[in-house]
Amino acid sequence: MHSSPTLQLQAENLYKSFILHVHNGVQLPVLQGVSLNVSAGECVALSGASGAGKSTLMRSLYGNYRIDKGSIWVRHQQDWVDLPTLQPHELITVRQRTIGYVSQFLRIIPRVPALTVAAEPLLDLGFSSEVAIAKVQDLFRRLNLPESLWSLSPTTFSGGEKQRVNLARTLVVDYPILLLDEPTSALDAANREAVMQLIEERKAKGCAIVGIFHDDEVRDRLCNRMLTFEREN
Amino acid sequence: MIPLLSVQNLCKSYGAIMACDRISFDLYPGQVLGIIGESGSGKSTLLQGIAGQLPLDQGQLLYWDGQGQVLDLRTIRESHRRILMRTEWGFVQQNPRDGLRMDVTAGANIGERLMNVGDRHYGKIRTTAAEWLDQVEIPGDRIDGLPSNFSGGMQQRLQLARVLVTQPRLVLMDEPTGGLDVSVQAKLLDLIRSLVRTLHLSVILVTHDIGVVRLLAHRLMVMQNGQVVEQGLTDQVLDDPHHPYTQQLVSATLTP
Amino acid sequence: MISGFNFAYLDEQTKRSIRRSLLKAVAIPGHQIPFSSREMPMSYGWGTGGIQVTAAVIGQTDVLKVIDQGADDTTNAVNIRRFFQKVCGVETTEQTTAATLIQTRHRIPETPLQAGQIIVYQVPIPEPLRWIESSEVETRKMHALADYGSMYVKLYEDITHYGHIATAYDYPVMVHGRYMMRPSPIPRFDNPKMHLSPALQLFGAGREKRIYAVPPYTSVKSLDFEDHPFAVEKWERICEFCGSTDSFLDEVVVSDQGDRLWICSDTDYCHQRSLSQNLSPQSS
Repeated sequence: MHSSPTLQLQAENLYKSFILHVHNGVQLPVLQGVSLNVSAGECVALSGASGAGKSTLMRSLYGNYRIDKGSIWVRHQQDWVDLPTLQPHELITVRQRTIGYVSQFLRIIPRVPALTVAAEPLLDLGFSSEVAIAKVQDLFRRLNLPESLWSLSPTTFSGGEKQRVNLARTLVVDYPILLLDEPTSALDAANREAVMQLIEERKAKGCAIVGIFHDDEVRDRLCNRMLTFEREN
Repeated sequence: MIPLLSVQNLCKSYGAIMACDRISFDLYPGQVLGIIGESGSGKSTLLQGIAGQLPLDQGQLLYWDGQGQVLDLRTIRESHRRILMRTEWGFVQQNPRDGLRMDVTAGANIGERLMNVGDRHYGKIRTTAAEWLDQVEIPGDRIDGLPSNFSGGMQQRLQLARVLVTQPRLVLMDEPTGGLDVSVQAKLLDLIRSLVRTLHLSVILVTHDIGVVRLLAHRLMVMQNGQVVEQGLTDQVLDDPHHPYTQQLVSATLTP
Repeated sequence: MISGFNFAYLDEQTKRSIRRSLLKAVAIPGHQIPFSSREMPMSYGWGTGGIQVTAAVIGQTDVLKVIDQGADDTTNAVNIRRFFQKVCGVETTEQTTAATLIQTRHRIPETPLQAGQIIVYQVPIPEPLRWIESSEVETRKMHALADYGSMYVKLYEDITHYGHIATAYDYPVMVHGRYMMRPSPIPRFDNPKMHLSPALQLFGAGREKRIYAVPPYTSVKSLDFEDHPFAVEKWERICEFCGSTDSFLDEVVVSDQGDRLWICSDTDYCHQRSLSQNLSPQSS
């Protein structure tokens, strides 16, 4: 196990089902024995029909969904840790330092300006406000987010603007592992290109990436491998 | 990592009713722990029990103080407990009337904790009070105003200042945004969020509002009938609720 | 001395129980001791606490002085003095220096008290913390833990509102560095007289059923802030009878036209000063 020195993430035999108590306890099995290895500098795309479990796997890899069975080994600061067995405070540290996750939707906090929203992960790591804001400003520029929006709360932003704030919020930290859930779904061609360049740079620096990409062009350009989900029943 | 507070098998009953049934958790520095549940679930009893405001039936409460000593909160001397409550701990009440002196000025409300720990210099106390008014976004010229003339949101921010002035390590909050207008709530939540980070506070936050824990809490415990029915990181519990009660709670909440 | 009453009105068992409380009070300076306050032949608010303390300590050889607001000749003082004459038959005096036992309402004599003298204060409300805490259970805990910081809130408010500590009467003190005490409604002007006084100071609150004490030569410190130290009031005026520049003055309206007179509140002090200067003394 963990034999390859470049291996970053090793998910083994993941099972995850949902029991809907509000619907008479209906049980929905979603992941049934899924395994996945990702090495540094590698990008694995999850593909398959909608509802086949791509997002469930993604969320499980982030520890957002709690799997029923299996293990998710992550290289975290020289050590290997198995996510499902971690204490809450340990999982928080893994998320702060090792695994970045770009969700489909930005969670907006009223009154908090875009710059601060995106700088928060750095502030949590103890960076000074000046350094954090400067890094975010660089990213906002590369993502073509109009400067007039920086000090506004993203509440009123368009879908594409919110998505870029969300990307900046994750890309501002150099996570060794990135999970990207449709990172370009709301972007036009120019902005999509900017995002792809940023992700390619991360890949080149050795980041291990797992992504869901609805756009074939993006997927073909970024990905080394695909993990295809067959829809059950 | 050493926890700040360790709660083990804490029990409290009122006659035949178990208000807190074998509650255990560890709280780590810088963490915000949300406790959610409906009225009568035992969440407020748990908070008051931790704060030493009501006697517990059994269980262990350990606290690692600022000097790195482990204190057994159920057996420490009352004098020591009071000093802790006024220096390293803070309690923010749902109703600011319970947490403030309504008939003395804002400055004295903030200054009281300083005077409680021995500050005896009027000028310095006043200066510190003014700094904290500013921190909680209350205009400086209200320092000699009475809280009874403040709006509800301002009263609650004053209560925060009163508690935070001694730079506590652990703050217990009981429905801090209950009874406030939605827009006032948002401002207060945002203020608490930024203070938690800048002051590196650890917080136990009791609420019935999922929106509040979503915004503030790193971790979440769901209580029902005196028991913790589910716990985990906030996003785990709210995005992937396992227990029937949590699922019901989450599905009954308006998004986001 | 009238017959049909025990010496000093109270029966011997009651006096003993009050003396036991007094001994405890002397042993724990400034600490309030409960006692079983009796019905007295006058209403609460007229000094029933002080009278019971006096009755418990007075002996046949004592010389008693009673003052009200510094004066020996006001209704309350005259009545109490007459009461003890009737029930004890002891000698009474208006001279501070001649008295072995002084019962007082709202003043401490200007003439410094001496070793061997006892002063008994009439106390309406004994609890200094009542202003900040309404629960008796909690105030007792606060005393037990010397948890007095909140008392400074009142001083803070004074300075904030008036620029200085404006509390003029019943100004709280720390006794022997341990217990906070209400000195009864004496003017702040008199507070320094309690500090290291050679006399034994006893306090009785009849309605509230509390006794406390300051033994001789005990530290009594008035609360203050480092940057607003405790200070007594000063007046521009001098006593128009005896010319005293350093005693506590009363303002007396003397005519329908509103003419005013500033004179010593302590009638004995004023009298003695006038005599020594061959002036016409303040009439009594």
